Amino acid sequence: MMSVAVPVPEAEVAWSLPDRGRVGMYGLIAAEAAIFTIFVVAYLFYVGKSLSGPLPNQVLHAPIVFTICLLSSSLTIHLAVAALRDARTRAFLLWWAFTIALGAVFLGGTAREWHHLIYDVGLTIRTNLFGTSYYSLVGLHAFHVTVGLLGLSLVLVLGLGEHVRREHAGRLDVLSLYWHFVDAVWVVVFTVVYVIGR
Amino acid sequence: MSPTSIFAPVSTPADSIFELSMFVLAVTAGIFVVVFGLLVYAVVRFRRRRDDDGSEPPQVYGSYEVELAWTIVPVLIVVALFLATARVIASVQHPPKPKDALDVVVIGHQYWWEYRYPKFGVVSANELHVPVSDPAHPTPTFLTLLSADTDHSFWVPRLAGKTDLIPNHPNSMWIDPRETGLYLGQCAQYCGTQHAKMLLRVYVDSREDFDRWIEAQRRPARADAAVARGRQVFETTACVNCHAVGGTNANGRFGPDLSHFMSRDTLAAGAAPNTPENLRLWLRNPGAIKPGSLMPAMQLSDEDVNAVADYLESLR
Amino acid sequence: MTTASVTWTDSDVAPRPLVERLHEWVTTVDHKRLGVLYILYALVFLVIGGIEAMIMRIQLIAAHTDFVSPQVFNRMFTMHGTTMIFFVAMPLVFGFANYLVPLMIGARDMAFPRLNAFSFWLTAFGGLLLYFSFLGGSGLYGAGNAPDVGWFAYAPLTAKTFSPGHSTDYWTLALLVSGFGSIGTAINILTTILCMRCPGMTLGRMPLLAWLSLTMAVLVILAVSPLSAAQIMLLVDRYLGGHFFDTQAGGSAVMWMHFFWVFGHPEVYVLVIPAFAFASEIIPVFSRKPIFGYPVMVAATVCIGFISMSVWAHHMFTVGMSPAGNGFFVLSTMAIAVPTGIKIFNWLATMWGGKIQFRTPMLFCTAFLFQFLIAGLTGIMLGSAPFDWHLGNSYFVVAHFHYVIVGAILFTVFAAFYYWFPKFSGRLYSETLGRLHFWLFFIGFHLTFDCMHIPGLLGMPRRIYTYEPGRGWDTWNLLVTIGVVFQGLGTLVFVANLVWSYFKGARAGNDPWDAWTLEWSTESPPPAYNFATLPVVRSRRPLWDLKHPEDPDWKYEQ
Repeated sequence: MMSVAVPVPEAEVAWSLPDRGRVGMYGLIAAEAAIFTIFVVAYLFYVGKSLSGPLPNQVLHAPIVFTICLLSSSLTIHLAVAALRDARTRAFLLWWAFTIALGAVFLGGTAREWHHLIYDVGLTIRTNLFGTSYYSLVGLHAFHVTVGLLGLSLVLVLGLGEHVRREHAGRLDVLSLYWHFVDAVWVVVFTVVYVIGR
Repeated sequence: MSPTSIFAPVSTPADSIFELSMFVLAVTAGIFVVVFGLLVYAVVRFRRRRDDDGSEPPQVYGSYEVELAWTIVPVLIVVALFLATARVIASVQHPPKPKDALDVVVIGHQYWWEYRYPKFGVVSANELHVPVSDPAHPTPTFLTLLSADTDHSFWVPRLAGKTDLIPNHPNSMWIDPRETGLYLGQCAQYCGTQHAKMLLRVYVDSREDFDRWIEAQRRPARADAAVARGRQVFETTACVNCHAVGGTNANGRFGPDLSHFMSRDTLAAGAAPNTPENLRLWLRNPGAIKPGSLMPAMQLSDEDVNAVADYLESLR
Repeated sequence: MTTASVTWTDSDVAPRPLVERLHEWVTTVDHKRLGVLYILYALVFLVIGGIEAMIMRIQLIAAHTDFVSPQVFNRMFTMHGTTMIFFVAMPLVFGFANYLVPLMIGARDMAFPRLNAFSFWLTAFGGLLLYFSFLGGSGLYGAGNAPDVGWFAYAPLTAKTFSPGHSTDYWTLALLVSGFGSIGTAINILTTILCMRCPGMTLGRMPLLAWLSLTMAVLVILAVSPLSAAQIMLLVDRYLGGHFFDTQAGGSAVMWMHFFWVFGHPEVYVLVIPAFAFASEIIPVFSRKPIFGYPVMVAATVCIGFISMSVWAHHMFTVGMSPAGNGFFVLSTMAIAVPTGIKIFNWLATMWGGKIQFRTPMLFCTAFLFQFLIAGLTGIMLGSAPFDWHLGNSYFVVAHFHYVIVGAILFTVFAAFYYWFPKFSGRLYSETLGRLHFWLFFIGFHLTFDCMHIPGLLGMPRRIYTYEPGRGWDTWNLLVTIGVVFQGLGTLVFVANLVWSYFKGARAGNDPWDAWTLEWSTESPPPAYNFATLPVVRSRRPLWDLKHPEDPDWKYEQ
């Protein structure tokens, strides 16, 4: 049994293709974007259609501070990766930890908002169409933030154990794409829920 | 000839669809003949001959001119088909509504049809009566389609295309049958276990027959002392939870209105002819006729079954 | 010029214990083995789905038969549809893509081998979960708790009120899990094609199978996700008291339909585009000519991919959309016929002027052309909304989509089996059994699915466990049922051919068909590393260039 020889011509045009990790992550982002789009469409479709209250403009208050925290975390993660590229490991760890903290604060804010809505206002996922679509959309986003934080925390632990080096910057950049996506989704969710939907 | 063929229309919506379908069939048949002909020719003419010398045929990579040709022609065909289709959509979905059009509200249930005639205060079930429509002076029937539970679909092919009954999403359709007679169909959207036996019977009556039918339906239910026993069983068992009989204290709306039960040719939405045996079988064990129907077996004694059946048979 | 070759003989390797070999298969991340696993998995479910079809056809052989109860019948059509789409057609398509794409683009494996394995096992688990539903509930003869809500699970039939048991949940969870597997595989295929082509293989020099797999992967990413979203919403309704599709609370049943068909329509293109891929590789080789109009084929494919995302509500012409809404979807549906027709013409033009050899793969591909033509034309009929007001939800639609899925897709899958079997197994199949399979199946297919159109035209809706006599449906239904027997026999011959040839077939060698794409340059079956040295290519048919150095493709390609 032999393989057929495939001739190798003289050096041709330089051959470079995109990085697998980035393309794969873009693929994942596309799929997730499609999922979020469906939840956003459902939310928008049901605006004003609940048969009974409470209604968004009665109970929703735009979480500006927590939004600023989350969106800033996109900046901090960018700074973290840039620092790692320059082999400034301590700066990397600091910015990376800061990112996690900002994300955690955002989640805490969501938790607080939900606690208020459920226990003080009486709005649950089964109350009306608004309740169902609100908790589902915001909850889906919060779930993605949580998964992101778990990933980031894993990296932080590895980093504290001195396992993260300059050559990993590319991979962390790919991970940060996910985090940027989560932030971008929040911009959309915030606009739909707290601006348009009210 | 099949009583449910889409090619035997007797009502304008069905006519419009029929004409469009002939055009579409002609176009697609033409395309088929041409392309299939080319395929057969290619298969016969270009098969490798037994005495082939093993050389490769001329390697042809493509031709932009040919590609253009067989792009433009299909585009033109698509435009023609689209325009023909759009015309029919508009004419069926935006019909003129004459003053003396009849309005009927159809409510789909698992697994029966409720019919209400708001103008006359009539509530009936399973067998729809409409007046015939003279093409010179049309008297169409406009149906508003609602659902009490899951999705259903109203399809009587000789009268019109199907339209769905979807809860919380009222739809409407219209028919103007020009020949009297009985037209058949059935539910065309899977609605649960007994979707298959949610049959449609549309009786297109002459004007006089229709008016007579309406009059009979408007009368309160017959009260006949001979069937008092049966009526008592009916009103004291759970029957009244689901069924209504006009002029009595039976006011249930979950199941068909029985005020004029004997005016119907079938029972259980067409599942069985309305005969004394079938009626007693239905009362004793609905599952024998329509397993999965939402009418429970009422566990009545034989005596009570006969009494109730006698009572129902008095409701003409 | 440098060349490289490797020699490896069977006697160098001692046979290993069965447990070890099974363990290797279960833990493999090799795209070829995962491809085989997908395909074998699909074949098992093909037989099971076929039995479900047989049960339905026996019940419908005459009016008012009593072979199974309505409850069992309703479970049968739900399971048949769900199984065939998600656990036969999708795995077949992913299996062939997995095996062939890296080989055809000159790569050693997929971009993410571990994700590849994980995705396969997710899909496999989804299928097992779906079939677990047969246990419990009404017992095995009552088909257990199997889903009975139809494969598109319309709301509000799936609400807790109308489906109180767990049948809907099996449907939802099994597909949610396997859906994530599908998305994983799609991301893998996309990344592999964009990032791992061998030197010289620009996008314009990839085999059409690669282009079509790329398009399919993008469609999976964009289309399966909405289904997953809708299924999450359904779970919220059923278990958290949500109201997404709760019409009593103001929810919309039509919204489920939109979400489902936004998935459902691109899904059928996910299934048929690989069929196009197989035809685009097989027809040229057996016609002895390159594919006619490669750039136009690529453009048409991409157009089909795009347009397919905009036609979904042609499955909803009867729900009461406005005339403008109906009109838009008529236009987009008719429009997609244009690039599709272009592809048919290009395949014909490939055969034109060639020297066609009607070996088994080509028999199946020729039948594909004939049948896909008809399927496309009945699709145009269905795309004309008023015509669809009759034909929709009737046996005409059932006939149409089986014409596509069986007549087009399964036929090209059979062609692909026969064409690549020598590469996968190193053996040649029996041409006699192949022809027997073809003719049995062709006759059975036409008997069943040609006749099936007629009851639809005569008013027979779908999903009914029995029907009334006297409507003109009886004889046609009888003929439809008889055709299934021939298809079953044909399938048995097919399986027998595969099994016998695997063990006893003649050795195939690298390139039994004198073909032109990279997979034929390596051994049959390929070694784990695929190629001894990564190839470098200068045209779309690198092996043609090798075999015809005086007349290489790169001098002539457009």
